Amino acid sequence: MSFKKIFQQYNWDTIKAKIYSYNNDDVMRVLAGGCQSLEDFATLLSPAAENHLDQMSVIAHAKTRKRFGKSIQLYAPLYLSNECTNICTYCGFSMENKIPRRTLSSPEILKEIKAIKRLGFDHVLLVTGEAPKEVNSEYIQKAIELCRNYFSQISIEVQPLKQNEYESMISAGLNAVYVYQETYHKNEYKKHHPKGKKSNFNYRIDTPDRLGQASIHKIGLGVLLGLEDWRVDSFFCALHLDYLEKKYWQTKFSLSFPRLRPHAGILQPKVEITDKQLVQLILAYRLFNEDVEISLSTRESPFFRDGMLPLGITSMSAGSKTDPGGYAHQDEENLEQFEISDERSPAEVAARIKELGFQPVWKDWDESYNQQSMIN
Amino acid sequence: MNLKIADREFQSRLFTGTGKFSSSDDLKSALSISESQLVTVAFKRIEKQQREDPILDVINPSKQWLLPNTSGVRNASEAVFVAELAREALDTNWLKLEIHPDPKYLMPDPIETLKAAEELVKKGFIVLPYVHADPVLCKRLEDVGVSAVMPLGSPIGSNLGLETHRFLEIIIAQSQVPVVIDAGIGAPSQAAQAMELGADAVLVNTAIASSANPSQMANAFKMAVEAGRLAFEAKLGPTSKEAQASSPFTPFLSSLS
Repeated sequence: MSFKKIFQQYNWDTIKAKIYSYNNDDVMRVLAGGCQSLEDFATLLSPAAENHLDQMSVIAHAKTRKRFGKSIQLYAPLYLSNECTNICTYCGFSMENKIPRRTLSSPEILKEIKAIKRLGFDHVLLVTGEAPKEVNSEYIQKAIELCRNYFSQISIEVQPLKQNEYESMISAGLNAVYVYQETYHKNEYKKHHPKGKKSNFNYRIDTPDRLGQASIHKIGLGVLLGLEDWRVDSFFCALHLDYLEKKYWQTKFSLSFPRLRPHAGILQPKVEITDKQLVQLILAYRLFNEDVEISLSTRESPFFRDGMLPLGITSMSAGSKTDPGGYAHQDEENLEQFEISDERSPAEVAARIKELGFQPVWKDWDESYNQQSMIN
Repeated sequence: MNLKIADREFQSRLFTGTGKFSSSDDLKSALSISESQLVTVAFKRIEKQQREDPILDVINPSKQWLLPNTSGVRNASEAVFVAELAREALDTNWLKLEIHPDPKYLMPDPIETLKAAEELVKKGFIVLPYVHADPVLCKRLEDVGVSAVMPLGSPIGSNLGLETHRFLEIIIAQSQVPVVIDAGIGAPSQAAQAMELGADAVLVNTAIASSANPSQMANAFKMAVEAGRLAFEAKLGPTSKEAQASSPFTPFLSSLS
């Protein structure tokens, strides 16, 4: 059974009503007994749980240290292209935005690779818009092959692909794929993705299944916080995670928490998630799932990222450039997908991580494992 | 909610065995009082040549679903062979796959079990494999298409209870097929504990058959399994607080809007 079928058994409004119905006693019961089910997780997402962040933070800290120790993984996003045939109402790359478009050539990618390597990174995340002509799976595969000689861990955040395309990229050295549903609210999804291949909600929601079938090492999930009620969206994301973990039991999972940020477009968040609520959400996830990796990007401020470091986070980007070619050329041109909040250099972030009592980890994979999986 | 294995529903979550009883009468009355709806029978014990079989005759097909087992086989090819014979003779494609090459502890052979399970699923069997409480093995069996997994609580016939409970917890947490805890359950309290852990069912044989009063013990197990299931569904209360209320993170948390 694919996730789509499980998803269809749930009703958005029913879940929403349930989440908003939990009271203080319900939250205390879950905190005392441990978050053991999706229903318990929903309780921790409730408005009533916002008053229990102190206790949640202690548990989240202890669970994360037990499972991941005192280390934080570091990675850098490499934007390959900002061309896009989708209209996403919230995204700087959206087709309708009149911005200069650029897709890096192989020599340009190499320049970026070398600039990122100089910053100390060994884990790179390749990012594109969705432009099937210019930025197709061959192009992405080629970029992975270029990265392979320089990075021991390669992840992508690109358009949903077919299973055989993923398989071929895995053979080329791909480790992880991040594919966010943006929102699990089908009608809202349609509203925010009116045009382009991305408007196909069902194809997107089945993407992690295709990745699982392709035996990817790691799948990254998430919702774009601000499109819809974050509590309900996060419940569905957890449902998705729970399903995938059971079915693709050899795959690792990771969660990200992108919040809507200002960009070249105009959309303002429909439902704002405050700092405090974002903390609640991350803590709730950690209480629900000890093993999932949790990533916090440079969308968030230095103050927030430093404060969250002990509270469930396992991985961070640093010194990110969200425009193609941004590492090699510090352009004045605005090609960015979004403005970052944490503008500290990777070295500064790493130093701060150490200061807070953690070890920044640059390398956590070895290319030789990929060769082994190719032979098998 | 009823338990469903393959396409069959069971109201009772107590599965029983048919070995070790002192008489057919004892077996019959214990089965009846247990209200068990799934009964396993060692194919090797069935009298195929005679018109009457002391075990099959006490099973009431309208109330009890027959689960032949491969007890006695030592490897995958023997298991597949016995499975085919059982399907032919008993007219069922359900099978409890058990392969224990070691006659002393009767420990299930994981390698042969996985091999046989894969082949039997392809041949159209509903396979319920008896295995050690090994979470990875259970997932591998699920991947090849078994309909349930039957991890052990402790060595078969040992009455030691849930010595493997930490691993059973993992198996239960990640399984997508029903988990039936088989072997080692020696007392109703242990059956209740298995159900409280979230097991979908338990299989009990020795503890009932070797009791001085099998019928009464069958009744006790029936009640324990029901109680354990009810407790699981109602959710157990907390045993200890996981954390104290005051947090070193309060300064950061209280600075947030």
